[in-house]
Amino acid sequence: MPSMKVHLLFFAVLRDMTGTGQKDLVLEAGTTARQVWQSLRAQYGQLAAFTQPPMVAINESYAAPDTVLRDGDQLAFIPPVAGG
Amino acid sequence: MTYLTDDPIDAAALVRTVMRPTDGAYVLFEGVVRNHHEGKAVESIFYDAYRPMAEKEIDAIVRHLEALYPAAALTVVHRLGRLIVGDSSIAIVAAAPHRAEAFEACRNMIDLIKEKVPIWKKERGPDGEEWVGWQGQC
Repeated sequence: MPSMKVHLLFFAVLRDMTGTGQKDLVLEAGTTARQVWQSLRAQYGQLAAFTQPPMVAINESYAAPDTVLRDGDQLAFIPPVAGG
Repeated sequence: MTYLTDDPIDAAALVRTVMRPTDGAYVLFEGVVRNHHEGKAVESIFYDAYRPMAEKEIDAIVRHLEALYPAAALTVVHRLGRLIVGDSSIAIVAAAPHRAEAFEACRNMIDLIKEKVPIWKKERGPDGEEWVGWQGQC
């Protein structure tokens, strides 16, 4: 199976929970953002309870969780926003 | 245009960047750090952002509102980092030949920013710290 690299960013509560701001992932081609979230749940105990991913951003734009990632994508999970 | 800043907001200077001789009104909105939230005391707030995406999202909102209110001139600046009670976290200026459009555009802008822009706040008080909006679910 061909692989691809995706750069994952964490912000706000997710950065606190994972203890990091970013992570480089090597994924199988065809992996979706939702599948990345599921693997994070398995990896970080504090995320395990969250069966549904938060909002997803790919390359600095909102995207559907089932979007298939591409090599070189920048992926971020967006917790509920609270600007203003 | 850079919409995010790490420095205190100078609202009067922001107004001057927007006003044209044809404008008969401007509406200035400032969001301010208050000393309480949902019954808890608040001493300071840390604002975090996905900066490049936040800039893009704010720009998209400004463009959307410029199309919706063609007579208005709009700008906004959002401060990030640690703010204390009384500090302004955001300032929006909507100028227009007549007040109705200025009021509407300004109100619309703050509502859209609160809904769409990837900015987060962590409130700090005597009881500890908490990310706002994260009530144990995504």
